[in-house]
Amino acid sequence: MKEEGVELIREGKRLDGRGFDELRPIKIEVGVLKRADGSCYFELGDNKVIAAVYGPREMHPRHAQDAKMAVLKYRYNMAPFSVEDRKRPGPDRRSVEISKISREALEPVILKEYYPKTEIDVYVEILQSDAGTRTAGINAASVALADAGIPMRDLVSSVAVGKIDGEVVLDLNAVEDNNGEADMPIAMIVRRNIITALQMDGRMTREEFEKGLKLAMNACRQIYELQRTALIERYSEL
Amino acid sequence: MGLEIMDDVKKDYVYNLVRGGKREDGRGFLDYREIKLERGLIKKSEGSARVKIGNTEVMVGVKLELGEPFPDTPDKGVIITNAELVPLASPEFEPGPPNEDSVQLARVVDRGIRGSEAIDLSKLCIEEGEKVWIVFIDIHVLDNDGNLVDAATLGAVASLLDAHIPNERYGLDGEDRLDVRDRPVAVTMVEIGGEILVDPNYNEENAAASGLTVITNDDGTISGMQKYRSGSLEEDKILEMVEIGIEKAGEIRREFLE
Repeated sequence: MKEEGVELIREGKRLDGRGFDELRPIKIEVGVLKRADGSCYFELGDNKVIAAVYGPREMHPRHAQDAKMAVLKYRYNMAPFSVEDRKRPGPDRRSVEISKISREALEPVILKEYYPKTEIDVYVEILQSDAGTRTAGINAASVALADAGIPMRDLVSSVAVGKIDGEVVLDLNAVEDNNGEADMPIAMIVRRNIITALQMDGRMTREEFEKGLKLAMNACRQIYELQRTALIERYSEL
Repeated sequence: MGLEIMDDVKKDYVYNLVRGGKREDGRGFLDYREIKLERGLIKKSEGSARVKIGNTEVMVGVKLELGEPFPDTPDKGVIITNAELVPLASPEFEPGPPNEDSVQLARVVDRGIRGSEAIDLSKLCIEEGEKVWIVFIDIHVLDNDGNLVDAATLGAVASLLDAHIPNERYGLDGEDRLDVRDRPVAVTMVEIGGEILVDPNYNEENAAASGLTVITNDDGTISGMQKYRSGSLEEDKILEMVEIGIEKAGEIRREFLE
């Protein structure tokens, strides 16, 4: 809900100085955790997110095993200190939904049939939140899966677009998200040009939606390059 | 295991039908099953509706209670949407706390209603920071033959249109009619074998790699979207689905929510 008198766009620029189609600064580090099979630290502006992957490992309980393929699990969790008002620890309805759509965003690229009866666990912890955490989480998880050596068809890249002061803009920060008119996170397999996650809330016309989708898909291409570069750098060091 | 094999058989069956231009129940790809809507069945609630889409059946009740506003919106009422996938509705539903499917169902319905601003929350404030109306939208699924989101959204909006504010019960004066300014309608589609199918039944939902709900308003704007399942969608397909969503929503609105 918009507060009275909050102006989000001034002279064609956003409050943090970005243009409408500009991402916040992104930082990616691969293999940051010792115990996990794969991990990734991902910063998107003021968002700080860490993802860890364990597995494939034997699935318990056994009756939940899939005889034909691995089961992917995804847990999105916010640290209590990650937001302005302390978040009560543990899963809430929002994180349950985000975990579900994030898992579904990644499943199309994972060659689950290579590891029947196992589970692959993806744990995403939000250490600091500033709007766009689910997209940062998917980006981090995608890189962490690759770092864990899970056979994948490709990486998944994710970003949100939204509408502020009547304009369609890329990658809302928290102030923009809180005072904006719409928010739409997507995830994409860049090299195949297909969408694996799409949500929208707020209000947009069909034309704005179409514009936003294009904007987001272009940004995913940029993020994909950064993810790829981070992985290559990590593994050329070794 | 037996169920899994049956699922695979059914998936192939649905897929082959679609490749031959057909659906299990003989519908066209863009046709809904027969929709039935009854309002005001539950006298104990402020508003209610029963929706049937084919064999899918959902009951929605709206209750209003007085409560405290959220600290960050002290002058606004509250909407709380909840969905229960009760075990009577499907062999797959189990008793217990909400799982990710019921959470998703409730949150998608909620998103459409919230995004449309159908309910003017500032009108539900009685005393700033102290007392506001809390609108509970409770979705009770009775029979799951697919496409719960469209049935639940239609039921929720119809219940809101049917609802009154129980001023008397709380010793308050004021307008008893709940003001509903928009009529968001959800249209869910799946993609099977490159074809878009509107209003998937249970078998079609399971056969589809991906699906999309598009919730649109009186003026054709979009107030909520959600992609489903572990598959992907091409940009062109999404844009086509949005177009179909707007058109179908208009038809449903004219027939059931005028």
